Amino acid sequence: MNVAGQIRKGAYFDSVTLMRVGTEITALPGVIDAAVVMGTKSNRAILNSSGLLSAKFDNASDTDLLVAVKGETETATQSALAAVDGLLKKAINTITTGGESRPSSLAGALNLIPGANLALISIAGRYAGDEAMRALENGLHVMLFSDNVPLEKEIALKKFAQRRGLLVMGPDCGTAIINGVPLAFANVVNRGNIGIVAAAGTGLQEVSCIISNAGAGISQAIGTGGRDVKQEVGGIMFLEGLKALAKDEQTRVILLVSKPPHKDVLRRIEKLAKTIRKPIVTSFVGASTQEDRPSTLEEAALIAVALSQGKPRDEVASRLVARDKEILRTAKREAGKRKRNQKYVRGLFSGGTFCAEAQVLFKTLLTGVYSNAPVGNTKQLRDSLVSQKHSVIDLGEDEFTVGRPHPMIDYSLRNRRILVEAADPETAVILLDVVLGYGAHPDPAAELSGVVRQASRKVSVVCSVTGTNHDPQNRGRVEAALRKAGAIVTPSNAAACNLAGQIIRYRERK
Amino acid sequence: MTSINQLFGSDLKVINIGLSAFKQALDDAHAMSVQVDWKPPIEVDAKSANRVKMFRPAIERANAEVLKIILSGMPHLIGLERAIDVIPGMKSDMLLHAGPPITWDRMCGPMRGAMIGALLYERKAETVEDAQRLAASGAIKFSPCHEHASVGPMAGIISPSMPVFVLKNEAHGNFAYCTLNEGLGKVLRYGAYGEPVIQKLRWMEGTLYPVLKKAVAKLGKIDLKNIIAQALHMGDEVHNRNRAATSIFYRTIAPAIVTTCDVPAVAAEVLEFVNHNDHFFLNLSMPASKVTLDAARGVKNSSVLVVMARNGTDFGIQLSGTSDEWFTGPADVPDALFFPGYTRADANPDIGDSAITETNGLGGFAIAAAPAIVQFVGGNSDDAIRYTRQMYEVTAGENNTYQIPYLNFRGTPTGIDAIKVVEKNILPFIDTGVAHKEPGVGQIGAGVLSAPAEPFRKAFAGLARRLTKK
Repeated sequence: MNVAGQIRKGAYFDSVTLMRVGTEITALPGVIDAAVVMGTKSNRAILNSSGLLSAKFDNASDTDLLVAVKGETETATQSALAAVDGLLKKAINTITTGGESRPSSLAGALNLIPGANLALISIAGRYAGDEAMRALENGLHVMLFSDNVPLEKEIALKKFAQRRGLLVMGPDCGTAIINGVPLAFANVVNRGNIGIVAAAGTGLQEVSCIISNAGAGISQAIGTGGRDVKQEVGGIMFLEGLKALAKDEQTRVILLVSKPPHKDVLRRIEKLAKTIRKPIVTSFVGASTQEDRPSTLEEAALIAVALSQGKPRDEVASRLVARDKEILRTAKREAGKRKRNQKYVRGLFSGGTFCAEAQVLFKTLLTGVYSNAPVGNTKQLRDSLVSQKHSVIDLGEDEFTVGRPHPMIDYSLRNRRILVEAADPETAVILLDVVLGYGAHPDPAAELSGVVRQASRKVSVVCSVTGTNHDPQNRGRVEAALRKAGAIVTPSNAAACNLAGQIIRYRERK
Repeated sequence: MTSINQLFGSDLKVINIGLSAFKQALDDAHAMSVQVDWKPPIEVDAKSANRVKMFRPAIERANAEVLKIILSGMPHLIGLERAIDVIPGMKSDMLLHAGPPITWDRMCGPMRGAMIGALLYERKAETVEDAQRLAASGAIKFSPCHEHASVGPMAGIISPSMPVFVLKNEAHGNFAYCTLNEGLGKVLRYGAYGEPVIQKLRWMEGTLYPVLKKAVAKLGKIDLKNIIAQALHMGDEVHNRNRAATSIFYRTIAPAIVTTCDVPAVAAEVLEFVNHNDHFFLNLSMPASKVTLDAARGVKNSSVLVVMARNGTDFGIQLSGTSDEWFTGPADVPDALFFPGYTRADANPDIGDSAITETNGLGGFAIAAAPAIVQFVGGNSDDAIRYTRQMYEVTAGENNTYQIPYLNFRGTPTGIDAIKVVEKNILPFIDTGVAHKEPGVGQIGAGVLSAPAEPFRKAFAGLARRLTKK
């Protein structure tokens, strides 16, 4: 075995490009492991733990590119190192057009695209805030995909933007659709007359896809980042977004999606909502249920669809009641296939909102639910890597994503976990979400089919696919492939959770 | 006053800063967008960053003033003299060298070799061993050329008896000095000190110097800015390629040499020497840059560079607004094309005062004007154009005289702003010759490199400390 490293002083590539190149190098003959990362402290710690750290990296700075290769022989290692430059160049060339120079700053970009009106920022959090402020100072609206932006910075940005009439979506805003253009992790949905403000990324994807798949469409979908509705930020952008949709002529129905806002923020939202004459549907996943509030993202989306088409909202409830009967039939059938000691649900989620929604729905269906990201009366898992009783895991939590891509992009971690759960004799149901759209894995069916086929021989695999047929991955195709592999595919996360819960209920009744 | 509803009503035009995958989605949706090639800024302490932020208007004003001085510079060759007679602060026991200050024990091979050669040439030592002992003894003072209104290529040695060009900035009245270029092969500036090297230096002193001196005196003065501007239109960037500028200089000086030199054979010898040395003009483009930039020294609060220089060990810079302070960091080895038989392992770290050309908007900053040398930047002329274009991001402005034909005669990026370098992490691009790391071997290749970040990080903090209200 042979480990070698190189430092490229001052070379910089975005993390996705580097992960892609790292994967390509690892796939080269004779290479056991490889990494191409910027020389930050945390990256060096990751190299250390994978045995890829060389002593020469000690003096590397954050702005140096580190290349590390572990090969079976020195020849393999050296030829892998020699391939790095070509792969990096190729990765860059796919996005560079001709000999045209790319600007290296916002100022340079503004020269190239006069009248630019939105900056989409996804650089490391500690730099992203300053870059966002520069964009605002230049009169640009901002979508801030980056996470780890300090709270004070978020507040400063949003207050500044509010004074200037500008929008700040994020930090940690994964998705938005402005003027029909999907931004970051967004789906290709119909345009229409439903406007969305969301402080929950996958929540926004779920409702916008359900709306589109139901034949309605989206006017604007504004993300705010999850922290916006906390007390400190005070819902600045949630409220500004709501005001803008209220004034927007294309928007006839407004849909608000969030994990429960702080009570002060909620009061402000409710107060503002009273002044708006358009119908407003809210889905605050995990909030104490109220009579007039839909209980799931799906229900909220379908109510918005009904209202946008001039139909009464009750129509949705009766349709869902009928659907739930169908779910019960499926649940009964699946429960019959399971052995006596198979009694637990294991939910493995890539979307945080879905993990939260699962817990909300399980509250009335199951007892003894554990999670690494508990909401409500769910209990905290002792070890996120080891399930207890009914467990729902958010694999997008930081503990799983440090130094590796998000589970919507990289399925390897969840795939391993699926097999672990399937091998547990007490597992009855494996519950999954699959999120499509830009930014997500280009071929999730190929990634999942093998493990689903294996797992579904022993347990019920239940999953929902968030996406549309216009997404690059094509929802219909993905669903068909998953069904073929043995999964039960439901039209929404809520339906999947309901089905998983009902299977367990039938097991318990036996 | 903008509003979110205005955004809803307009075509989305997006600047994507970060993950390039998002740009793909924007393209698919036919949204207009530009990808920014973002890099993390060079890290500086928060206190300095805040001070710079606070003083930004004052800094911008100062930089505008500095740029004005640089652009108004009028470098002229006005004569030739012996170093000891004209260079301010020059002493008989002093040797000037390229780059920031350095002691004998830290000098790289070529620098030591050149010091030995200079001591032999000055007859201060009889043998190489004597010269080494003398150099190490402390009896010889080493001082940077830049601290004496001078510049020198590669090792950049100026010894007391060497003839030097005398340049005057006609707009601002200051002077600058540089030795005469020895040509290629085994030469002092690459650390060679064998007998032929010393013989050539003596010929330059005894023959070349008096002939050129008389010729220049006859012409009175030669406008170097004009020659450089023309040369840029003819494929030079006057750092690594000086063929056009040397040719123009030759056409300018030849009649004066023929009329002032009494011995035709000597005139022919001198003309042949200039004619056979494509880099003869380098020793004029460098002091022309020096005399232009020296006039811009000492403008309070200015973050514009007046010096960028290397001694083969350290890379040093000076800013207009930080007086005579040097900010240094380790010099890197250039990426180069090597002459047959040599590799990167033989190369010395970057050396020479010649980066003064880049500091003045020439050299690597003007490489888009020099398609003939693009093989040094990877053989691709797109790369050369991209390098020049990128340098506009870190300069205070554009040149009013030096232009790039390919870029529609746009002025070269001029006046390197250390703050922009730090904030954008775009390091100045230098194209340069490469010396063998052992003394006496000479040039082994030519190539390109970016300045190291360390001097700029230090200069940022150094300027922040000196920022003042007035």
